Amino acid sequence: MPAPIRLRELIRTIRTARTQAEEREMIQKECAAIRSSFREEDNTYRCRNVAKLLYMHMLGYPAHFGQLECLKLIASQKFTDKRIGYLGAMLLLDERQDVHLLMTNCIKNDLNHSTQYVQGLSLCTLGCMGSSEMCRDLAGEVEKLLKTSNSYLRKKAALCAVHVIRKVPELMEMFLPATKNLLSEKNHGEILHTSVVLLTEMCERSPDMLSHFRKLVPQLVRILKNLIMSGYSPEHDVSGISDPFLQVRILRLLRILGKGDDDSSEAMNDILAQVATNTETSKNVGNAILYETVLTIMDIKSESGLRVLAINILGRFLLNNDKNIRYVALTSLLKTVQTDHNAVQRHRSTIVDCLKDLDVSIKRRAMELSFALVNGNNIRGMMKELLYFLDSCDPDFKADCASGIFLAAEKYAPSKRWHIDTVMRVLTTAGSYVRDDSVPNLIQLITNSVEMHAYTVQRLYKALLDDISQQPLVQVASWCIGEYGDLLVSGQCEEEEPIQVDALEDEVLDVLEGLLVSNLSTPVTRAYSLTAIMKLSTRFSSVNRIKKVVSIYGSSIDVELQQRAVEYNANDLLDLLGGNDVVPVIQTTVPTKPASAGGELLDLLGDLSLTGIPPMTAYNKNGLKIEFTFERSNPSPNIAVITIHATNSTEADMTEFVFQAAVPKTFQLQLLSPSSNVVPALNQGSVTQVIRVLNPQKQQLRMRIKLTYTHKGSPVQDLAEVNNFPPQSWQ
Amino acid sequence: MMHFLLLFSRQGKLRLQKWFLPLPERERKKIVKDMTTMVLARKPRTCNFLHWKDLKIVYKRYASLYFCCALENQDNELLALEILHRYVELLDKYFGNVCELDIIFNFEKAYFILDELLMGGEIQETSKLSIVKSIEASDMLQETMEEYISKPAF
Repeated sequence: MPAPIRLRELIRTIRTARTQAEEREMIQKECAAIRSSFREEDNTYRCRNVAKLLYMHMLGYPAHFGQLECLKLIASQKFTDKRIGYLGAMLLLDERQDVHLLMTNCIKNDLNHSTQYVQGLSLCTLGCMGSSEMCRDLAGEVEKLLKTSNSYLRKKAALCAVHVIRKVPELMEMFLPATKNLLSEKNHGEILHTSVVLLTEMCERSPDMLSHFRKLVPQLVRILKNLIMSGYSPEHDVSGISDPFLQVRILRLLRILGKGDDDSSEAMNDILAQVATNTETSKNVGNAILYETVLTIMDIKSESGLRVLAINILGRFLLNNDKNIRYVALTSLLKTVQTDHNAVQRHRSTIVDCLKDLDVSIKRRAMELSFALVNGNNIRGMMKELLYFLDSCDPDFKADCASGIFLAAEKYAPSKRWHIDTVMRVLTTAGSYVRDDSVPNLIQLITNSVEMHAYTVQRLYKALLDDISQQPLVQVASWCIGEYGDLLVSGQCEEEEPIQVDALEDEVLDVLEGLLVSNLSTPVTRAYSLTAIMKLSTRFSSVNRIKKVVSIYGSSIDVELQQRAVEYNANDLLDLLGGNDVVPVIQTTVPTKPASAGGELLDLLGDLSLTGIPPMTAYNKNGLKIEFTFERSNPSPNIAVITIHATNSTEADMTEFVFQAAVPKTFQLQLLSPSSNVVPALNQGSVTQVIRVLNPQKQQLRMRIKLTYTHKGSPVQDLAEVNNFPPQSWQ
Repeated sequence: MMHFLLLFSRQGKLRLQKWFLPLPERERKKIVKDMTTMVLARKPRTCNFLHWKDLKIVYKRYASLYFCCALENQDNELLALEILHRYVELLDKYFGNVCELDIIFNFEKAYFILDELLMGGEIQETSKLSIVKSIEASDMLQETMEEYISKPAF
């Protein structure tokens, strides 16, 4: 049996694969070989095979069949086996596997091994992935090792204890005695870092531990002082700074101990000031320490002078070339802006400059912080910057920025006119990103600003002339024109030049009707514009025109619009006809039978419908005859409303009747529900259905229709072209 | 604490994965995918920090390898950059002018070195010299055993 190939040989081979499929094939072949080797319980090459398996696992291939083999390696006497076995356990096993239980015994043995590096392996594995059960079983061993004089093991035991405490917090107590001398000088500093981590973990989890360990503050201060003052220690040095990792951990522990405690905070005041002023800031490492110092100063009960020092450090960070440092400064300032508002305000201009930063994360932080700093005094200046930011920022930011601006404007607007102008600016520059709920809020705002109505409606109307694509803007503008259209046309605006246009009423109605038919308008927008048009009937003189527009929408496919149109027409009719006996039929069942609603309305409103276009026969075959009748609306000459009338001259009903139509690309078609789907025999009735065709390019109308129905038990289907439309229907 | 540390190439190939929290295989794969996608999408001169779920992601590119780790809120991200750098220095000392190929062909050594620097998501040893000594001594142990058995290690 040839020896299994070596790990590096396998890696080399796999890397020569030119396709994913080729790689997969190699892997499968090797896995098969490894599996049979495992089955044969080969001790010699188990290590090699598991190592190969770990490589393939990293490439993304399944390796679960190696899990038990890892355990066997851990149990082996060879150091090489243990090393790979523990590595495999950490990579292939997770908590939920039962193998964990099998591991406990091996780890226990290795924790007591004569070789410290074996003990180290087991401590490391336990400390990285030990389950709660394992931790419970082995906590005693860990505690023993925490008291050994071997610093290599002691530091590992400390972090292992941290893990145990995280998994089984109740076990914290048992480590307390061992912590007694952790920080003492006898340790030559080798285990200081891990000791501080362990103490931190205990203090974070237990208020009792926290009180107990407060007495360590003077010791921690002394250690930190020695680090700063001491000479060069090449082992622990980073860019001229002594053991920055330890400095940061001590600062973090001091933060926890000093929080809410006057005495502790006072005891650490000097050292914090010292670190804050003496740390070298030219490299990242110094700034990392300063950053931690600032966080500590802000969290404990420090003197106001120290707090100002901390904020100023953050202010200097904002001017640093290193964007990481600028980012960290903004994040920290965001945390302190509530508690130290005035101090942060002093750096407002630097913060606002960060809005122009190239880095997206920095821009976002700067925006959040800017909003937090807006107040009654700086609102004008800040808003200028924020509006400029809104213009140029990424689309991802625009919704949040717009909302923030609205909020700030609401709180601090210096005048109503300024407020309206600001709202206008947001709607015109970022109108599509504004949240849905802002439309009713803005309408409320405008309503309440009585003296600004004329100004507002004029500005909104002008904005509409420029751009109808941004829905929130269009909706607010439509509403406004509907409410204050009279102010618009009468030119009553004091603040701005009134619009001088002949037949302004007609232009306004053109604009609103344009919104109704535009592809850019959402259904909500159409509802707003239709309502506005209807309201203008009481404010404008062109009532007839308005009536004509509205009647079209009596048969709109959009139920919302239809309902409004119908109700409007009915009410209006009552007004006009006074005490007339004619009772208009208001179709409360409008949603279900729209076609008939349209038909009856047309009957009632008589001459409001234009039936000057002659009807035509579109289809006549096998006893089925389909006639088209037309209505056209003057205000919207591009829309043709066609009603089909289907009759059946045969002696049997045509059931399950479905009429479908398609038009060329330049047209748009809307088909409403039919009156029924049974065409009764012997012309005893008809099925009617309304089609609306939009023909913006005024092309010759053509249509293809498809008819399906069941006649005398058999399904019938037919296709036909309809080309004989009268010219008046589309010209 | 650090939640995980990943090394991956510019093509998104994973070279090392260290997990300090118990997570099922499926979730680990998803996280690796998310990290590689997010980090590789970053433009060149942006800062080295990202937000992902409730974690701070710190990443740094060294030659053709991205070093990426996840921190909790109270961890110091500027210091994390120093941790990543320390790890690179250790690899460099061990392999001599380390490059991606070293990590590919000796991934288990990369893990052994990492396991002397970090444990349970926390720094274990702040002295470079101490770590180098421990690794050398462990390697010696390995070779001694192998010499004794007179069979090749891998």
